Amino acid sequence: MAMTGVLRPGHAQIRVLDLEESIHFYTEVVGLKETGRDAQGRVYFKAWDEHDHNSVILRQADRAGLDFFGFKVLDEATLTLLEKGIQAQGVATERMPAGEMLATGERVRFTIPTGHVIELYATKDRVGNGLPTVNPDAWPDGLKGMAPTRMDHCLLYGPDIDGARDLLEKALSFALVERVKLEDGETDLAIWLTTSTKAHDIAFVRHGEMGKLHHVAFKLDTWEQVLRAADIMSKNKVSIDIGPTRHGVTRGLTIYFFDPSGNRLETFCGGYDWYPDMETIKWTWDEVGKGVFYHDRKLNERFLSVVS
Amino acid sequence: MTQTETPESFSVAIQDTGETYRCRTDQTVLEGMERLGRKGIPVGCRQGGCGVCKVAVLSGSYVAKVMNRDHVSAEDEACGRVLSCRIRPTTDLQVQVLGSMKKTVCRPAPLNGLGEQT
Repeated sequence: MAMTGVLRPGHAQIRVLDLEESIHFYTEVVGLKETGRDAQGRVYFKAWDEHDHNSVILRQADRAGLDFFGFKVLDEATLTLLEKGIQAQGVATERMPAGEMLATGERVRFTIPTGHVIELYATKDRVGNGLPTVNPDAWPDGLKGMAPTRMDHCLLYGPDIDGARDLLEKALSFALVERVKLEDGETDLAIWLTTSTKAHDIAFVRHGEMGKLHHVAFKLDTWEQVLRAADIMSKNKVSIDIGPTRHGVTRGLTIYFFDPSGNRLETFCGGYDWYPDMETIKWTWDEVGKGVFYHDRKLNERFLSVVS
Repeated sequence: MTQTETPESFSVAIQDTGETYRCRTDQTVLEGMERLGRKGIPVGCRQGGCGVCKVAVLSGSYVAKVMNRDHVSAEDEACGRVLSCRIRPTTDLQVQVLGSMKKTVCRPAPLNGLGEQT
């Protein structure tokens, strides 16, 4: 698939209860690189193999959770086109001015039916991945912690996941890759959507409260690195939810863990390649445990209960 | 070689289950329970965010770290309704469980959402 329109997840702004403790965690334990701080006190980070200025923004607040999740689009003309497409679905949009976020151009902001604020943008300053573009080595020196290559996707919880899917499919050309059905065999409990050739770029679970975060995920290259990430979690007394294990859905290899404010994060690798000629994969209610945690074959209590 | 001293510990009693365990002063009440394989307080994120481990401290004193205001109001905090993952004992404690896992996938759920409205 030619990559046009929405390219990839670009940034997640996460609320934290103690900024200094969180900066230490995201830099030394997760292994992101701090790239700046703004006048509002927000702190910006990127994963090492990302070329743009930031992908994770922390904001101190008295409540944990996700402020907004942003996708990068091809160019400014595409941004305007997609903005009109969202409006054509009856959804209001707002332009956030260039520079409101460090090193970031204008953003088109809108709220999806699950209550989450989603943004699109075309421009973010390129700072590179620490390697030259001529004859680069395999990885840069000085990596810390788990050192994921990029911020990869998120899983969001909210009531109207059908409305969210409809909007993302119609206005932004996302595609439904996998789904888990509820006991009635009709209603979706959970859906995984892609805007690329990844098995998922965003996912949703049906949930009573609006605008909740289940997790933001960071990509590692190998299963060995996922195991090493688990070692780093134990060395640093990080609260692990589950893993290392495998998801049935997407076939990704995973650890769910929590940041110091109770926001769930994931380090994962693997997952298959998706193409637009593939059929949507369905998981039935009686096999949902295997779908989510392929080895345990049951949901842990926290999967549907603990969100921020 | 110097031997690290074991930190002081206090007794924590979970009123709902009658469970009692020793919790070190360098551990949270929830961490102390989990380390000893004890049960009684639901375990969520262990980081002050999700609210499932909320307890009412009926007696005793503790030190607390910052907690998510979605689950612990200023009034809650003043009255000892706190998250057990954010408090460390400074005396013996007696607690009552307030939090819970909001839903389980084994229980039929309304189609308009699996979570309880809060």
